[in-house]
Amino acid sequence: MFIINCPYCGERDQSEFSCGGEAHIERPKQPTELSDDQWAEYLFMRKNIKGIQFERWNHAHGCRKWFNVVRDTSNDKIHAVYKMGERPPLK
Amino acid sequence: MSKNLRINKNNFIDQTIRISFKFNGQKLFGFKGDTLASALLANDIHLVGRSFKYHRPRGIMTCGSEEPNAIVQIGNDPSSTEPNVRATEIELYEGLEAYSQNCWPSVNFDIGGINNFLSPLLPAGFYYKTFMWPASFWEKYEFFIRHSAGLGKSPTKPDTDLYDHQYAHCDVLIIGGGISGILSAKLAAEKGLNTILIDDKNCLGGSTIYQEDDCFKINNDYSNKWLKKEIDNFKNYPNLLIKKRTSLAAFHGYNYLLAKENLTDHLGANERKNKIRQRLWKIRAKKVVIATGSIERPLIFNNNDRPGILLSSSIKKYIDFFGVKNGNEISLFTNNDSAYETAISLNKSGVKVNTIIDIRENSTSSLVKKIQKIGINILWGHTIVNTNGYKRIKSINVQKLSANGESVVGKRIKINCDCLGMSGGWTPMVHLFTQSGGKLKFKDKDYIFIPDMNKSPSDQISVGSCNGNFELDDLISNTIKNIKIFLDLDKTIYDNLNVVCSKESEKRNIWLLPSDKPLSKTKPFLDFQNDSTAKDVKLALREGFKSIEHVKRYTTTGMGTDQGKLSNMHALGIIADTTGTNMGDLGTTTFRPPFTPLTFGSIVGRNVGEFFDHTRKTAIHDWHVENNAKFENVGQWKRAWYFPKNNETMFQAVQRESKAARDGAGILDASTLGKIDIQGTDASEFLNRVYTNAWSKLAIGKCRYGLMLNEDGMVYDDGVTTRLGENHYIMTTTTGGAANVLSKLEDYLQTEWPELDVYLTTVTDQYSTISICGPRSKNIVKKIIPDLDLSDVNFPHMSFKNSKIDNVNCRIMRISFTGEHSYEINIQSNYAKDVWIKCMEAGKEFNITPYGTETMHLLRAEKGFIITGQDTDGTLTPSDLQMDWIIGKKKYDFIGKRSLYRSDTIREDRKQLVGLLTEDPLEVLEEGAQLVEDINKKPVEMLGHVTSSYFSPNLKKSIALAVVRSGKKLKGKRLIVPMENKNINVTITDTVFYDKENKRLNA
Ligand SMILES: [Zn+2]
Repeated sequence: MFIINCPYCGERDQSEFSCGGEAHIERPKQPTELSDDQWAEYLFMRKNIKGIQFERWNHAHGCRKWFNVVRDTSNDKIHAVYKMGERPPLK
Repeated sequence: MSKNLRINKNNFIDQTIRISFKFNGQKLFGFKGDTLASALLANDIHLVGRSFKYHRPRGIMTCGSEEPNAIVQIGNDPSSTEPNVRATEIELYEGLEAYSQNCWPSVNFDIGGINNFLSPLLPAGFYYKTFMWPASFWEKYEFFIRHSAGLGKSPTKPDTDLYDHQYAHCDVLIIGGGISGILSAKLAAEKGLNTILIDDKNCLGGSTIYQEDDCFKINNDYSNKWLKKEIDNFKNYPNLLIKKRTSLAAFHGYNYLLAKENLTDHLGANERKNKIRQRLWKIRAKKVVIATGSIERPLIFNNNDRPGILLSSSIKKYIDFFGVKNGNEISLFTNNDSAYETAISLNKSGVKVNTIIDIRENSTSSLVKKIQKIGINILWGHTIVNTNGYKRIKSINVQKLSANGESVVGKRIKINCDCLGMSGGWTPMVHLFTQSGGKLKFKDKDYIFIPDMNKSPSDQISVGSCNGNFELDDLISNTIKNIKIFLDLDKTIYDNLNVVCSKESEKRNIWLLPSDKPLSKTKPFLDFQNDSTAKDVKLALREGFKSIEHVKRYTTTGMGTDQGKLSNMHALGIIADTTGTNMGDLGTTTFRPPFTPLTFGSIVGRNVGEFFDHTRKTAIHDWHVENNAKFENVGQWKRAWYFPKNNETMFQAVQRESKAARDGAGILDASTLGKIDIQGTDASEFLNRVYTNAWSKLAIGKCRYGLMLNEDGMVYDDGVTTRLGENHYIMTTTTGGAANVLSKLEDYLQTEWPELDVYLTTVTDQYSTISICGPRSKNIVKKIIPDLDLSDVNFPHMSFKNSKIDNVNCRIMRISFTGEHSYEINIQSNYAKDVWIKCMEAGKEFNITPYGTETMHLLRAEKGFIITGQDTDGTLTPSDLQMDWIIGKKKYDFIGKRSLYRSDTIREDRKQLVGLLTEDPLEVLEEGAQLVEDINKKPVEMLGHVTSSYFSPNLKKSIALAVVRSGKKLKGKRLIVPMENKNINVTITDTVFYDKENKRLNA
């Protein structure tokens, strides 16, 4: 049960949030130009890292805003939180 | 009549208040302040149960949560009886009834005791080896295992007690009210921090509070006297919350902790009434101080499990705290100085200490000197090679240890005793630290694992003996030093404490003590509850198990309700010795929550019965209840299912409702459908992207059905969306999908298309929806809103009008989910019930019939309309549903479009939605039934399954929808639905059964 610092609301209990998986996977602008393999890469492939992972989180039971979180999946330490569209902290 | 072993002592036990209780039916007495265990021991009852595997007689061994043997069933009321209660932890109350758990038929005559003689046949892995093969043997064993395993009985009736949850936030949480916890709490409170101190006992002070001896002094006072003054002084700190009888169950990440407070478990039945039994504390602490202390270790020697053999420190607590002597002729067996403290206490209370058997060659501490002065016999360098006595220890055999400690030499000495205390040193309680994610380090000198503070996972500290500080002066000075750093303190009230204590001079640790017999002929128990011996561990190693986690499971060492609190270290030690490994390199087994068991009641708290989950009711719900509706759960919603009249069955009611809706008029409460208000200059573009069909050209005032996909091309949700204005739409979703659709749409808006000017607001609860369908629906709406032009020209199907009912604004949509001419009235929810009643009154002359979800499903199935989630399951594309018409072919993109022509989605042999008619029109298929072509060819190939099935009263025959492999091409094909006792012949048809030309929409 970690605490997430929502960039809009501040620190809140994890139970208010839902995780949206790996961050920075952009929906292709022109999906119809893609091969099956390229589309599948976007659609299905996720890294699921043990260690520092960039993730999307939604303050579902709060402001309903989506934002990004840098979390170490091995110990749940959150290293950074930043808004959608902002540049990720150096990887 | 049993003996009274109570000495006259009144510090902690109130001997003026006598309490009666029953143990295995026998009426006994104890005093206020007793635990069940101390009261039993005062009555000279040691034998309390049988061991798990060999059913050996077992007695009370400890005085705390590590107790492996004294596990009892409390009470026999079917709603409140509780198994697996430790007699050492439960406080005595008037009328307490306890039963030995692990024995059948009785504790004194135990049929499973035969296992003891069969023990050569019951080695490590016995359960795995025996019950794995042959399988048929299990049935034979089961009866005996079930009866004799003794896991206690769970209550058979619902729990009638009240439980509570409470959240707490604090600057510092201190776990454990022993001396180090008290010092920490005092320093935190003194600094003005918001502090919580919890302790599982009803009395603070740990073992120091009954340590009254001149070997242990603080500021020239006995350590117990000094500590008592400190505790008494706690009332001066309003910022310090003390919770006694509160045990910590779990230490999660980010300093989130769960603790269970017992509020009435120590009270008699009369005093419990209307009170909350237990409270689960959910604590978020900025800083945590773990001061959980340590547990004394047993010694591992031959037959070390007889009733009357206790931990030495427990004997001390029973005499000093409870005023109970555990025997009249006590011997002590030790490898360290702690047993000498016990000897001093016993001697002070006039109990004879016969002999102290010490495996060390010598010790010169002040404690030992004091014992020597008293004149108690000490056998240095000796060990116990055997114990005698079946239901109670009678004597021990002692021999001298060889220099290397691996064997015994010299002659056997027999010593009579009715009680034996053993002390194998101390194990720091590091469970909570590791639970929170901390890593341990091994301290070779003391043979202990302690927290590695450099690898602390959160803002926390371990102090006192759980951090490996066992001697009073070290413990106090280190606690103060570390707390000062932890809490950033400058000077403290404890900076100049003068502490005097005995110092241990010698150490000798032997994990498995030798006997004069070979190991194979001895029973040195490691895990008393699960009956695993040192032999079993060695056997597991010989059989190739290497990892401690594997050895643990194979031998079941450490897997009882005590979770190996007593046995883990010895198991590790023996593995290390046998394999020649360093204990620090072996690592420990994983400690998982709960540290102490939680009741289910405390876990669920108030969330029982109707509070188990949120219940959503529509604004018209009360009318449905008054009119005899049966309800079904749709997500959290209670939806009217059907409205039986005059004892109708469900089938009869649904047939009547379905017929009436097509013959006259039906009325449905559709308020649970999700409603999302969509506004913004890019609203049309947004809808283009989220639905498969085109939206830009939808005129204001018109409605359109839309299908929403996932990016994988599978149908996700559907519903009608209405254009209210240039930049304003209202979308409806399925009842179950409402929340998910909104969050999915928000996700795309916020993350993929932030450039779009669109705002989404859920209005599901704000608007209620009344759907009126059937050939007479028009007449009814006309009566309610006389000035609304209902002509097909001005108000055609799939259009909407703003209107008013008695000056209340409403939106009327002409949309249909039944295929009938129908209207949906959307109105502010607080007027909905009145409008509903108005419709019922207006419709009376047209036989308006309220119907529920079941009739709704039947009517739409007659029309072949899908229900997402019933006819779809996340694996069907629009094309699979024969809904290619809804794909905007000219649209450049929408969610899921690219997936519609992946190699997998364009396969022709995908499962596709079809209609089914049964050969016998009266035969109604079962939903979920399989469809096959050839029943004789084995293995039988499954082609698909039935998704919806009803008897249609309007067509007077059975109809069904199904998904079938390559179904689109199979129209007219005959298939078989094999059932348990018959095969049903069906034919594949169109999905539309009723009014294929849609004439009734404008009827
Ligand atoms: Zn927020």
